[in-house]
Amino acid sequence: MFHRETGVFKTSYAADMALYPLPIARGTVIALLVLFVVIVPAVFGEYYLSIINLVLISIVGALGLNILVGYTGQISIGHGAFMSVGAYTAANLAVRAGLPFWITLPAGGLMAALVGAVVGIPSLRIKGLYLAIATLAGQLIIEWIINHVPWISGGTQASIQVPRPSLFGHEMKTQGELYFFLLFFALIAIVAALNLVRSRIGRAFVAIRDQDIAAEIIGIDIFRYKLIAFAISSFYAGVCGVLYTYYFGIANYEQFQLGVSIEYLAMIIIGGLGSVLGSILGAAFVSLLPLAIRTVMESVGGLFFAANEMATVVSSMRLVIFGALIIVFLVMEPEGLNRLWRNIRNYFRVWPFSY
Amino acid sequence: MMHAKSAWTAAAILAGTMVLGVYSASAQEKEVLFGEQCDRTGPTQNVGIFMCPGFQDYISLVNSKGGVEGYKIKVLEIDNEYKVPPAMEAHERFKKEGEMIEALYGTPQTAALTSKLAEDKIVGTSPGFGTAAGADGKRFPYMFPIAATYWSQGAAAVAFAKKQLGDNLSGKKIGYLFYDNPAGKEPIVILEDLAKKEGFELRTFAVPPPGVELGAQVLDITGRFKPDFLITHLFGRAPSVSIKELKGKGYPLSKVISLVWGASEADVRAAGGFAVAEGYNTLQFAGVGEDFPVIKEITEMYKAQGKPAPKEIDTSVYYNRGIVWAAMHVEALRNAIKAEKGGKPTTEDMKNGMEQVKDFSLGGMAPPMQVTPEDHEGGGWIQVWTVKGGKFVKTTDWFQAYRDVIKEHLAEAR
Repeated sequence: MFHRETGVFKTSYAADMALYPLPIARGTVIALLVLFVVIVPAVFGEYYLSIINLVLISIVGALGLNILVGYTGQISIGHGAFMSVGAYTAANLAVRAGLPFWITLPAGGLMAALVGAVVGIPSLRIKGLYLAIATLAGQLIIEWIINHVPWISGGTQASIQVPRPSLFGHEMKTQGELYFFLLFFALIAIVAALNLVRSRIGRAFVAIRDQDIAAEIIGIDIFRYKLIAFAISSFYAGVCGVLYTYYFGIANYEQFQLGVSIEYLAMIIIGGLGSVLGSILGAAFVSLLPLAIRTVMESVGGLFFAANEMATVVSSMRLVIFGALIIVFLVMEPEGLNRLWRNIRNYFRVWPFSY
Repeated sequence: MMHAKSAWTAAAILAGTMVLGVYSASAQEKEVLFGEQCDRTGPTQNVGIFMCPGFQDYISLVNSKGGVEGYKIKVLEIDNEYKVPPAMEAHERFKKEGEMIEALYGTPQTAALTSKLAEDKIVGTSPGFGTAAGADGKRFPYMFPIAATYWSQGAAAVAFAKKQLGDNLSGKKIGYLFYDNPAGKEPIVILEDLAKKEGFELRTFAVPPPGVELGAQVLDITGRFKPDFLITHLFGRAPSVSIKELKGKGYPLSKVISLVWGASEADVRAAGGFAVAEGYNTLQFAGVGEDFPVIKEITEMYKAQGKPAPKEIDTSVYYNRGIVWAAMHVEALRNAIKAEKGGKPTTEDMKNGMEQVKDFSLGGMAPPMQVTPEDHEGGGWIQVWTVKGGKFVKTTDWFQAYRDVIKEHLAEAR
């Protein structure tokens, strides 16, 4: 945020590592909370809340992937499958055992963490592209298992209908109610990630990313921390899958296929690797940009194209513009939206006396 | 500080155009809105780019003739790229604009919107998508497959094989070549039941996605199992590959019947043309070809505007399905307006209207459907069209097959 840090002097390590770097940051956080808890749901209608809800779910998934890819430097293109593990675990528990969401949600996350840690074992020996292929194999194996084991998938259709989450006997089913449900978990995910990356574990992740041999020499147990990174990251992915399940009211592995894994990678690369804010910005950017382009095309496209051509033009141009804009943003700032935001902030920090 | 400036400019442009977009949305009196999801850029675009124009053109035709009972229809189409989150966004957008009824696109998308549509009390139609159990109107009151489901298609394929093999299947061998995903596996339960009932031997051959490599399966079919009849259920590029491979291994295509997504002119063309695919049988839930009055009317409508007929008519299998799909919506709307005695219908009226759709034929293009509150499939009607002499030729008229078996399974699925 646009904070002036004049007059703030840090005299201890604890102060330097504090969650709020400046006293005024506390005020900003409270203002943001008021914005999202009070103002956003009051101002926006169902339609806009439905878009925000989808962004909130992607934020959880993007945060998880960023912990693994951005902070620990391990690549995974199996996160779509980890989401489906969470989704089916929660769906089975919710339908067969009738458990409420506050049990199924962590259970889905834990199961995904377990599976993720197993899929992450090759990371102890291989890196980079090789690890990417190993996790791709994980994605395909998990998809195959869900498709072929009716005990997990609930039948040929491989989809399990899940009742809406309910709190104190009240079913949350409108977009407004689901907004609070999703916001709650997205906030926990953000705060947990912020705290994780400044803890011992987070520092160990960064050390492994920057130079794994050096990290081992200074006493970081690489075996343990790589698996922890995979487990935490998959936990996030699993929770993301559970949130999708409750949001749509159905667990269906066809919505967590390879394309989803790639899309989440795109989110964190555009947002900025190794940054919590970057994950949030990336998730919002990738989810909202196609909508923004479509809105623009719908309003100005009529000037150039006939009515019956519009549908084709809008959807094709949307892909072209989306791709082009991603390239533009990455060329403009390879370190992602997070860096772009920091540049803007640095500019205003000394404005108007920029010398 | 170049970065900062260009970022602000980009943000300003985005914000400005979004405001424009809000203003462009306006509603008229005496107009109803249909929401239509489509996939023109995703993995199933080979279907969407023909089916959705069919849908749109039929609605334009209805509007050019004065609309339905004095109401004009506006179609809002949104491309969901065969992804699930955009499908939810599209639904909420339609709802915000005040849609009467929603045409869904894609099996996972249909699944993901099932709960939401029921909560919002808006009818969703999913011909050829969604689950076979969705035909049960008591279980899914707002879901309307309004076309033969995979269960009905599987049963119809067996019935056709039986007819071709001299009305007796006992001791015969039938192969089932399918795309290894939930939609591909769905008819298997019906086929297994019928195998017991009719006494034929069934063997299934799974093709892993994306299904462009069928060599091993086809070799297994033609070399080892040697079935008397082969039912195929493939998607995307796989149907054309299967035609090529079976032809190459010398299996007679006249003993092959494909379910509805491997049955278009585009599949035949991609396999090497109509000469190669001579004899290939296909199941259809809408009429094929341009020899229908409604196609002539659409061509004339375009001519009156001084434009050539849309090129999508060439791929009549999908284009006509789009027309029948749209026509079902129009019939439902007609019933709904009548129920309101000319007043503006509600989404609930549309549900009741859809449940009364029957006996419209669109000059033989649409099946003799009877949608009821229990049966949202409309009877599971099928025609078989065969590749003969460079085009699709009608081999059977509309027929239903093994309804008792399908009904048993529907009851069981509850």
